[in-house]
Amino acid sequence: MTKKILPIVLGAALGVAATAANATTLEDVKAKGFIQCGVSQGLPGFSNPDAQGNWAGLDVDFCRAMAAAVFADDTMVKFTPLSAKERFTALQSGEIDVLSRNTTWTMSRDTQLGLNFAGVNYYDGQGFMVRKELGVSSALELSGASVCTNTGTTTELNVADYFRANNMPYEIVAFEKADEVVAAYDAGRCDVYTTDASGLYAQRLKLTNPGDHAVLPEIISKEPLGPVVRQGDDEWFNIAKWTLNAMINAEELGVTSANVDEMKSSDNPSVKRLLGAEGAFGEAIGVSNDWAYNIVKLVGNYGESFDANVGPETPLGIARGVNALWSDGGVLYAPPVR
Amino acid sequence: MSVQEQDTAVQPQRASLLNDPKVRGLFYQTVLVLALVWFGWTIVSNTLANLERQNIASGFGFLETTAGFGIIQALVDYSETSSYGTALLVGFFNTLLVAAIGIILATIIGFVLGVARLSNNWVISKLAYCYVELVRNVPLLLQIFFWYFAVLRAVPGKRDKWSFFDTFHLNIAGLRGPRPVFEEGAGFIGYAIILALVAIVFIARWASKRQAATGQQFPVFWTGLGLLIGLPFIAYLAAGMPVYFDYPIFVETGPMLRRGFTLGTGFNVIPEFLALTLALSLYTASFIAEIVRAGIQAVNRGQTEASHALGLRSGPTLRLVIIPQAMRVIIPPLTSQYLNLTKNSSLAVAIAFPDLVSVGGTVLNQTGQAIEIIAIWMAVYLSLSLITSAFMNWYNQRMALVER
Repeated sequence: MTKKILPIVLGAALGVAATAANATTLEDVKAKGFIQCGVSQGLPGFSNPDAQGNWAGLDVDFCRAMAAAVFADDTMVKFTPLSAKERFTALQSGEIDVLSRNTTWTMSRDTQLGLNFAGVNYYDGQGFMVRKELGVSSALELSGASVCTNTGTTTELNVADYFRANNMPYEIVAFEKADEVVAAYDAGRCDVYTTDASGLYAQRLKLTNPGDHAVLPEIISKEPLGPVVRQGDDEWFNIAKWTLNAMINAEELGVTSANVDEMKSSDNPSVKRLLGAEGAFGEAIGVSNDWAYNIVKLVGNYGESFDANVGPETPLGIARGVNALWSDGGVLYAPPVR
Repeated sequence: MSVQEQDTAVQPQRASLLNDPKVRGLFYQTVLVLALVWFGWTIVSNTLANLERQNIASGFGFLETTAGFGIIQALVDYSETSSYGTALLVGFFNTLLVAAIGIILATIIGFVLGVARLSNNWVISKLAYCYVELVRNVPLLLQIFFWYFAVLRAVPGKRDKWSFFDTFHLNIAGLRGPRPVFEEGAGFIGYAIILALVAIVFIARWASKRQAATGQQFPVFWTGLGLLIGLPFIAYLAAGMPVYFDYPIFVETGPMLRRGFTLGTGFNVIPEFLALTLALSLYTASFIAEIVRAGIQAVNRGQTEASHALGLRSGPTLRLVIIPQAMRVIIPPLTSQYLNLTKNSSLAVAIAFPDLVSVGGTVLNQTGQAIEIIAIWMAVYLSLSLITSAFMNWYNQRMALVER
């Protein structure tokens, strides 16, 4: 018996050692035929499953765009719902290929966790929501309040900083799942619910009486949210970075999913380069030259994605505001394809 | 064996070293140990290499970095400016608190239920039976959710309360009561309690010696209780009443946010703690009840009859004859239940109680030190379990049947 077990054990050990010397993420993704994308456990407008179980949202669109760039098919992506606490470990361990889960870009996350932020797909800031009956009109009146939030978020740290800086006592109740935070706030366990402002608007829809709650005017932090990949794989990092840049550039150049076919024969050299009619920019990042064409055709440009998921026409009703293009007074500015 | 000996006897020249079972055994075991060492070394070096390659910092240096997040319940001094190490310590003490209170409650409830299950009273025995079957067959996580989301969310909101005896108040923010504040001189009360405990030990020894020698009994329990209450009370009076109570302040007028209990007044048991402790102790109690019943039933019926024949009534029979013998059967499985309760307390993470796993998870997320945090978790739970079982084994040996 010993004789038979030993080779198996040794084989297993060797197998472990062999997978450690892994292929690049792009090769892995191509081999398995889909991108594993980490998303939230349900945040309307950003990543939320519909009644049929199809994921939709701004963050989901980014992953679909990556699939469109790599496979020319935006459906070749699978989603892993992750709690705030689980997300980085899932990416570090290789369980997911890209994390697109309303994650704030901070220095420590970028430098100490072995991760790379591929850009910003939504500029957010942290806000507070309270019951209207409390008669509170400013966050500075919240001294002595109990605050519900998520564990393992920058939110948890910001709220501590804010109350400390303003010398206000408070009580923090931190849950792991966003749904539990909302339920606790809805039940009256806390006076205040704090998260990113976009999240407040999204979660307010889930409350029993959304009309009874108000978002306070203070925005207490900078929360640039963006997709994240593992450090040490520049090829995959480039694809993620330029998928986002392509979506923003497409909006700037007026390329939409509706007119992308006509635009392919446009005279504008910038459009030609973006859509692969000129140059070999796709090949340089390891995908086909019509990568950006596929992204816009199958998913749309950034503006289309924004309007469809969180824009004024949706239940969330968020204005473009700071998330408008730089040319429209916002801060979205993508480097050119050249 | 015998076949082998015969072989050697008949053909001694063919017994090569390779056929010696001892040598072969030694060889295989050495290979196995080497393989295990190599396997472990591969995992460790592989992990380190991967961490290095992905630029993930490793080591326990992060424990001294400022944590920056708040914790709702801390038994040690903690603020946002404390270190991650202190935050973990807060979580550790919260785990200990839940485990200690849970174990005490579960033991008391479990023993009462176990005895009730064997009661001659039909109603009591069936009630205990129903309780055990209901509670031990529903998953613990659901029971925690039941207490937290169903029961403790059905109580009045933050601006309202249910009061008991005008001293304790329950609402969605927890159970509030007076908080004892110790002033200078309160230490004497502590000394008085220690003195009372020492005195009780001496009295108990003296009483059992006297009973063995003369047969006369002494009311140890009532004397002990009197000492334990009386001595600290005398010390309290003698030291000039150094303890007063800080009552929670309930505001009913003024701005809406200020109404309800004022933060930091009185003593507050947060609902997350209440729900977790209740669920853990009630759940474990149902198992302990069955263990106690098994223990009592394991004692031969003849023991009861013999005890009755000696003229002992039911109470002393249970206390002096049945329970001491039943304890030998009860203690080993009881130890497992204590260990289970301690480990199950990690389910706190589901209802926002800041225990070791919950706080550790936050630290893990803020620092990204997954391997280090998981190592700390494992080390803490392992040590807690080993300490508990070491204590219970010692107690078991004391209670074991001493053969003469």
